[in-house]
Amino acid sequence: MSNIQSPESIVQRQDYLDQLESEAIYIMREVAGQFERPALLFSGGKDSITLVRLAQKAFAPGKIPFPLVHIDTGHNFPEATQYRDWLANEVGAKLIVRQVEDTIKAKGLKEQTGKNATRNWLQTFTLLDTIEEFEFDACIGGARRDEEKARAKERIFSFRDEFGQWDPKRQRPELWNLFNGKISKGENVRCFPISNWTELDVWSYIEREKIPLPSIYFSHQREMILRDGNLLANADFIFKDENDVIVTKTVRFRTVGDMTCTAAVESDADTIEKVVNEIKATRISERGETRIDDQQTEAAMEDRKKGGYF
Amino acid sequence: MDILRFITAGSVDDGKSTLIGRLLYDTKSILADQMEAVERASKTRGDGEIDLALLTDGLRSEREQGITIDVAYKYFQTPNRKFISIDAPGHIQYTRNMVTGASNADLAIILIDARQGVVEQTRRHSLIASLLGIPHIVVAVNKMDLVGYSEDAFLQIAQEYKKLADKLGIKDLKIIPVSALAGDNIVDKSEAMPWYTGETMLHFLENVNVLNDLNLTDARMAVQYVLRPQTEELHDYRGYAGRIQSGVFKKGDSITVLPSEQTSKIAKIEVYGEEVEEATAPQSVTILLETDVDISRGDLISGAGNQPILSQDVEATICWMDDRKELKVGNKYTLQHGTSLVRCSVKGIEYRIDVNNYEHLEDIESLKLNDIAKVTLRTAKPLAYDSYLKNRANGAAILIDETSHVTVGACMVEA
Ligand SMILES: Nc1nc2c(ncn2[C@@H]2O[C@H](COP(=O)(O)OP(=O)(O)OP(=O)(O)O)[C@@H](O)[C@H]2O)c(=O)[nH]1
Ligand SMILES: [Mg+2]
Repeated sequence: MSNIQSPESIVQRQDYLDQLESEAIYIMREVAGQFERPALLFSGGKDSITLVRLAQKAFAPGKIPFPLVHIDTGHNFPEATQYRDWLANEVGAKLIVRQVEDTIKAKGLKEQTGKNATRNWLQTFTLLDTIEEFEFDACIGGARRDEEKARAKERIFSFRDEFGQWDPKRQRPELWNLFNGKISKGENVRCFPISNWTELDVWSYIEREKIPLPSIYFSHQREMILRDGNLLANADFIFKDENDVIVTKTVRFRTVGDMTCTAAVESDADTIEKVVNEIKATRISERGETRIDDQQTEAAMEDRKKGGYF
Repeated sequence: MDILRFITAGSVDDGKSTLIGRLLYDTKSILADQMEAVERASKTRGDGEIDLALLTDGLRSEREQGITIDVAYKYFQTPNRKFISIDAPGHIQYTRNMVTGASNADLAIILIDARQGVVEQTRRHSLIASLLGIPHIVVAVNKMDLVGYSEDAFLQIAQEYKKLADKLGIKDLKIIPVSALAGDNIVDKSEAMPWYTGETMLHFLENVNVLNDLNLTDARMAVQYVLRPQTEELHDYRGYAGRIQSGVFKKGDSITVLPSEQTSKIAKIEVYGEEVEEATAPQSVTILLETDVDISRGDLISGAGNQPILSQDVEATICWMDDRKELKVGNKYTLQHGTSLVRCSVKGIEYRIDVNNYEHLEDIESLKLNDIAKVTLRTAKPLAYDSYLKNRANGAAILIDETSHVTVGACMVEA
């Protein structure tokens, strides 16, 4: 062992992505160590795909010790759903899927109708039911603080009461790296390992780690609905009226949410390198560009979170 | 490229949120739609002037009241560094949120309103920053535009603060006159203050050396999780997963496991399944040992020879954070230290620190919200700790209320 490097040089060699990765893996392991029945909330988007890679690394050479849970609105991109099934199989994780459709039927929930109708808010009911059904005490999510101003305020271990509610005015203090996961029965904690990552960090990590993504993240031709300046993927279940124009465009998606509320960007970026370069150059935020649900009111995300959302 | 985590602190309305907003704005880190949203919100709330504080004050109640309630995390970068900025509330009622943000900071910017000078919250936040061992403190004497950019006003406050810093033993201190609102000396040098020839805030943040702040001498790793895949080919695999808190571990090193005091040698270090010869803080790793030892979550792996203190009696400086119950002698709590949870009881309150003059007040019966004090604790099992001053990572602990499960105390342990 002649060429041992000085500790300083190892620390210097640690890139910021290594530091973020190390922190995220630490958080993953805290969740697995502190809770009896954790789950990883998997949406099919790049953030939760990154979480799965981090979970693989955290528990290598073993398997991921908790299930992936997908709350399926029935309005997902087919590419995302296919990818989900492939990935769960690939990493050997248990996959639990619960349908918003079933909750709507069972509970007689009223759906939004008409233009811009989305099941985004209804997901919360299915999510809370699923947490109850499996008695999950911790749910790992891919939320990042740079995404949105209410998320910028949230703890890494975010306590939820027995109704799944977040109380932004009474968050538990969170000191150093000592995450307090103590709860009573019925309560749960949402855990966010990539809280401190930016959108660009996630893309750069995906590039560095060569993580495969669903094809919709890359440039492709698609039939789109042009509505109020936003480009939505066309699908049967999206309500259209005479003001909507159907066009074929070369697009990619910057986030992957429901087809009803996720807008695309026109782009020729067909490789991860090109996407990273576009993200570096963009002057519009991820949510501002692609999430129609967040454009509706000033505190849309805070209100959803108070109600038990992810 | 490395990462600097910094917090803004200081009294209510001294301009903490505005300063972070200004840093984001002048480094062109605000995207077009975010700026539009802030412009819209500024219009509905105020006189139409853009309020940069709205970039961080994102909660409904914060915007209604025009104050910061909880810490906000904002991210930006310049060509040589990534920044995690943490905007703390100035209001005394929300001190625990400030402590939350400060506990992970490499650097604190303490703001002072040039018209007010040093006030109680300046002293409280400076005390907390120094107790938390934040290695670098920068004072921003803000709102210089409101005192005619006067050098005298600045020097007077600088002198007053230096006295305070001396009392606290703050070593690395920098004082900069700024206007967060007008942007003087934040990113660009102020034309209104030619008498100031020092660095701008951003220049300082970009160049301060944080590499030396890491403890690379005391090898410590709290075990988070035991990896036992139990597959056919990995039948005997037993890996101890954790994040190196401090120091360096190498293959072949002798180690001691605490509190059991079993010894062994490192057979292998893996980083996410791949073998490495050595690893340092703050890497997450998996350690495999040469011999079979009984280790589970909560144990600490320490380099042999240089070991932490092992004791059931713990002396600690504590920030008390519970607004519903007081801390009293005899009370019992769960203490979380590293990855271990242990019951403890309060044996005594040695003194409380007066935040105005840092004097020690004795004969204290109980601690109320935001009190800072020295206490002695007795733990149900031996705790393997270092002095917080020497090794932040292994000298920090929290107290958890046994019934509400809320985090009620931040403890900095002394050796
Ligand atoms: N004239 C002047 N006003 C300033 C300056 N910096 C901040 N302000 C104003 O001071 C007020 C308070 O600013 P904030 O940034 O919200 O103060 P804060 O320290 O974050 O307050 P809390 O978070 O509630 O403790 C706002 O009206 C700002 O516009 C400055 O440099 N000059
Ligand atoms: Mg503020």
